Amino acid sequence: MLFRSLCEMCFWRCGVRATVENEHITRLEGHPTHPLSRGRLCPRGLGGTGAIYDPDRLLQPQIRIAERGAERFQTVSWDDALDQIAARLRPIIAQHGPESICGLVHMQSDSHPIHFLKALGSPNTATPSYTECRGPRDAAFILTYGQEVWSPEITDIRNTRCLTLIGYHLGENMHNTQVQDFAHALRNGAKLIVADPRFSTAASKADHYLPIRAGTDLALLLAWIHVVLAEDWIDHDYLARYATGLPELREAVRDTTPAWAEAETGLPAAQIVESARVMAAARPAVCVHPGRHASWYGDDVQRTRAIAILNALFGSYGREGGFYLPVSSKIPAYPLPPYPKPRKPSADGKGSRHPFAEKTGAWGLVRATAEQDVYPIKAWIVSGADPFHSTPDPRMVQKAIDQLDLLVVVDLLQGEIAGHADILLPECTYLERYDDLHAPPGREAYVAVRQPVVAPLGASRPNYDIFRDLGLRMGLDAYYPWKSWEDYLDTRLQSAGLSLAQIRRDLHIATGQTTQSLAPDHRFPTPSGKIELHSAQLAEKGFDAIPRYTRHARPDPGWFRLLNGRSPLHTFSRTINNPALGSIQRDNDLWLNAAAARQLGLRHGQQVRLTNQDGATAGPVRLRVTERIHPECVYMVHGFGHQARGMKRARGQGASVAALFTRFQVDPIMGAAGRNHNFVRVEVA
Amino acid sequence: MPRRFAMVIDRKLCVGCAACVVACMNQNESFGYSRCRVTERLTGSYPNLRLDIFSERCNHCEDAPCVPVCPTGASHHSAHGLVEVHKDKCTGCRACVAACPYDARFPGSDGAVSKCNFCEPLVHQGREPACVAQCPTQAMVFGDINDPQGELRRLLDTRKAQVLKPEAATRPHIFYLEARP
Repeated sequence: MLFRSLCEMCFWRCGVRATVENEHITRLEGHPTHPLSRGRLCPRGLGGTGAIYDPDRLLQPQIRIAERGAERFQTVSWDDALDQIAARLRPIIAQHGPESICGLVHMQSDSHPIHFLKALGSPNTATPSYTECRGPRDAAFILTYGQEVWSPEITDIRNTRCLTLIGYHLGENMHNTQVQDFAHALRNGAKLIVADPRFSTAASKADHYLPIRAGTDLALLLAWIHVVLAEDWIDHDYLARYATGLPELREAVRDTTPAWAEAETGLPAAQIVESARVMAAARPAVCVHPGRHASWYGDDVQRTRAIAILNALFGSYGREGGFYLPVSSKIPAYPLPPYPKPRKPSADGKGSRHPFAEKTGAWGLVRATAEQDVYPIKAWIVSGADPFHSTPDPRMVQKAIDQLDLLVVVDLLQGEIAGHADILLPECTYLERYDDLHAPPGREAYVAVRQPVVAPLGASRPNYDIFRDLGLRMGLDAYYPWKSWEDYLDTRLQSAGLSLAQIRRDLHIATGQTTQSLAPDHRFPTPSGKIELHSAQLAEKGFDAIPRYTRHARPDPGWFRLLNGRSPLHTFSRTINNPALGSIQRDNDLWLNAAAARQLGLRHGQQVRLTNQDGATAGPVRLRVTERIHPECVYMVHGFGHQARGMKRARGQGASVAALFTRFQVDPIMGAAGRNHNFVRVEVA
Repeated sequence: MPRRFAMVIDRKLCVGCAACVVACMNQNESFGYSRCRVTERLTGSYPNLRLDIFSERCNHCEDAPCVPVCPTGASHHSAHGLVEVHKDKCTGCRACVAACPYDARFPGSDGAVSKCNFCEPLVHQGREPACVAQCPTQAMVFGDINDPQGELRRLLDTRKAQVLKPEAATRPHIFYLEARP
């Protein structure tokens, strides 16, 4: 039997087709017509059987029976577990208010704990994908174009004539549709420019590889802008029609010459000029990619603003081969009473401390919990996220947990945060549940829904049932009026003239709209209605209206800047224990430049230990002595180094990058936590 | 001309993501076992480097050393040039494992010697091998090398290709298109 659903091995949400024999999923493949899969899945999606049939899966609710972190639990019934959570939340709310309950959540089923917490009146829910990842790039594009970059990104890689990647290792970060489009562009002869201190897989395919010194990307971008203006490669008509601030931009980059950038970046000035000309020759079908994991140095909004500005100069935004203008299906929300207005603002300082933060930041909530200096935060609900792997600094995460009266963790596996839970709840996998409708902005508007392929294993349950049952115990009946989740979905779909029956049959329904081209009188949703090369909004709040380069501290001799990235086989720390994916890539290794290794007397394959500037350590981890990395930095794939006993295959494999994130610089514009400021020493383990 | 199955892999497109490895695990084996693997070779020094990525599996050689060494005839050429293993005849002596220059044979999840068979059961139904069907970059092309109209033939006629270990003189049937003209 073939079933259809949406993948959740990462956040991309491709269509999957599952073969089921005797109620057992034997095979997963890409859904042939779903817009994001087009018949193919990435390795993680194909390895989804390893998520559902992982022998280490949590299958029963449990309560803690020893001190926090001892990882000792006792199995209880769902009623006991939820009764106990409700009984412990009530006095916390009575004494400290609903804002004292905080949600740290991720993946698509996070909508359920978020709904629950908003219904309680808490302003404190966050996903690490904002301040720890995508936030700066989205803020930069909102400031420049009035609209974020979205997920999937609105980059028209498929039709581009020149793609420029800055520290963005497409192909190693395996976003299915985007990699399909990347290959399509390469097949059609698109030029590829890659700036990265590491010779990434993408770099190996590049026409122009720029081995940039880590942390100097903004200097490169400002030099590119300088060249494009000086050599007059700009799209005058486009800018006259759609943009504002060109004279101020010219003034601001007068001195950011290629020669100046050479001293900062280590790139020959001639290479900077040449690559700018390659981009210019392809305009407007040029895409300077804004990246995705963008929280690097604390000036990431400004770096991505420079990317946004460069694209504007080429006239690529809203044009084929640059960025497309997305459309999306409008499906009305389920009719519900408004959420109670929170008594207090969110504890991370969204909007005040960081004026252009659109969302609450995860590290900000962790900080406010650790310090208890905004107002008391006494309970966490953590679902599908692990702050020990996502959020700096690990010491702050531990201190925050020590302040809590209640820690509830909902997850598939018993990872690091789960080991500290008071109550641990087993969510079922994506192959065993629905989720809310998925109607992302994109090239064509559609609506899709994840749907169960097999029944949940053990006593695991979907979040929509877990949090509804908890909500009813907390007296939130008005926020849970539906009879069942199917009823909820069908009600929403019916209100748009569709039905659950139809979407169950077809998986996704195109709703007609397709992306438009830029109209001559197009108004961008910015204050001026134009693309803001010069940002009056930023100036008003005391920030640079046009990005300005500041040099970041560089490592002393014997120290290396710690960089991290992705493997195509793994998603964060979630998949390391997966028996399919973990069998192909069990651990990570530490990349160290060959000349630097020789100087230290270190050999390829040796086990080494890392110590950072604050004395935090990680490892042992295998050393990869390689020519593929700049001598000033080292690199590891994020997500490894599990210590939790509940993850038997992943435990002790590789090293945790996050364990070394004790230092971070906060982007003052929107609060992102730039973590590439950690320097490490490498020694034989 | 009789049909002769082969595979072409475009190294310009392959990102080494290992979707082929997992697709094969799903189709043919169980967790921890796959008939495909991804290897990399690096030449040069920073930053003037060349990285070659290979999606590897049994090369279904014309002169396959694994066939004559098999004492029971389990390892054999079947129709259309495929090198296959009769599981019921395999004693697990592993002579073939030692003979294969490509390290493409291994004790499989059921203990018998295992290797890629180009997903023969799927091909028999007119479908593509699982690795080819799922490859996100569409870098892999499977087909009949003797079909003058086929995509596979067209690629071999128009692009520069190499095989792995040509010095082994096994006449392998997986061809890797050069990443650069």
